[in-house]
Amino acid sequence: MIESFPRLLNATILTIELTLLSLLFGVFVGAFFAVLRTSKVKILYFISYYYSYIFRGTPLLVQIFIIYFGLGQVEWLRESFLWVIFKEPYSCAIIAFTLNTGAYTSEIFRSAFETIQKGILEAAEGLGLNKIHTFFKIKLPIAIKQSLPAYGNEMILMLKGTSLASTVTLLDLTGVAKHIISTTFRPIEVFIVAGSIYLLMTFIIHNFIKILEKKFDYSK
Amino acid sequence: MGLLAYGDTGWGDELFFATLMTIAVALTAIFIGFLLAAIFTSFKLSNIRTLNLIGSFYTTVFRGVPELLVIYLFFFGSSGAVMYVAKIFGYDGYIEVNAFLTGALSIGIISGAYSTEVFRGAVQAINKGQFEASEVLGLKKKIYYYKVIIPQMLRLALPNISNVWQITLKDTSLISVTGLVEIMRQSYIAAGSTRDPLFFYSFAAVLYLFLTFLSLKLFNNLEKHYSKGY
Repeated sequence: MIESFPRLLNATILTIELTLLSLLFGVFVGAFFAVLRTSKVKILYFISYYYSYIFRGTPLLVQIFIIYFGLGQVEWLRESFLWVIFKEPYSCAIIAFTLNTGAYTSEIFRSAFETIQKGILEAAEGLGLNKIHTFFKIKLPIAIKQSLPAYGNEMILMLKGTSLASTVTLLDLTGVAKHIISTTFRPIEVFIVAGSIYLLMTFIIHNFIKILEKKFDYSK
Repeated sequence: MGLLAYGDTGWGDELFFATLMTIAVALTAIFIGFLLAAIFTSFKLSNIRTLNLIGSFYTTVFRGVPELLVIYLFFFGSSGAVMYVAKIFGYDGYIEVNAFLTGALSIGIISGAYSTEVFRGAVQAINKGQFEASEVLGLKKKIYYYKVIIPQMLRLALPNISNVWQITLKDTSLISVTGLVEIMRQSYIAAGSTRDPLFFYSFAAVLYLFLTFLSLKLFNNLEKHYSKGY
């Protein structure tokens, strides 16, 4: 049992990699669609609305399967240069995770900007701050502070979501754990070890967010 | 659309029954979750430290570990556990535990961890005066719980229960790895035999969207109904 421990640790690297990359790309996708959502152009608004509706209303597993198994069927995609990306399970998993977390992130950002009190913006206008200053010095810091708790939850959900990479043949922490369970038939021990690694990562994210929350707490 | 024909020529009837299976697993799971949440909420709110710790341990572990890992634990673990007990009674063969049961149980335990947090938050959100008033009125503990606390708690918890239901419904797709024929598994089978995965997985996505849309509508109506007078 002990000899399987290094294998699980090794697989943890892939799990961390998938989580960080998806979250990084997801922030940009989320910010992009949050901005679209505030647009006055109806089509842009609807694109953003339905993007987040579809990706939050369907299971992540379906999204990965459509991208990995489904898109391989599209003839023009197979012949284009994009096929380099879509034939690899690794990049397909990252695309699926990014789009999924991007949908949730866009909702978090949107509601954070919506909760900014009108009085604060009026005060900024009254002080004669220009639009750029108002955005970077007032709107953005308040929105970041507002969205931190929800975004922390999203980070943890994404960490857990990367376990689905094992369904498209990637050997992440869950994938290796499953492999060890099915060859040794010792589900409880493997669950305790792999589960503890996940819990440790959850704990780190949780505390990281707590530190950030303190940093962005202007009331103190 | 021939692929979705009802009967032997298409996959319409199979997918219809698979959707019913998804609903059945999700309902069973959330019911198991509510039972567990009732127990663990009382643990978390009790004055006994050991019970508090057990409650926190449950919610931390099952909200922090991936659903898939929990499913593998129960899928591979349950037949081992049942065979172990069977061995004591002298049966030495291989026993496979029903996929529906292990699936509903594993999703139910995860769903219960989320429900526990929801119930706990709702109980704590009840106005303190309510507790004091029922004490002054000399209500029996049983009446106090069933007539005062639980009805108010359920009303406050409803919006978040709606969230837990959505999570549970989507989590049932993961049970497909154990071979239970729900939407995802059926789409996998259909995609494999027709070599048209794009169509069938997209259709599965539409089915899930339909289910989440329907349940959102249902919960909105419930919320409206139970917030009358507030």
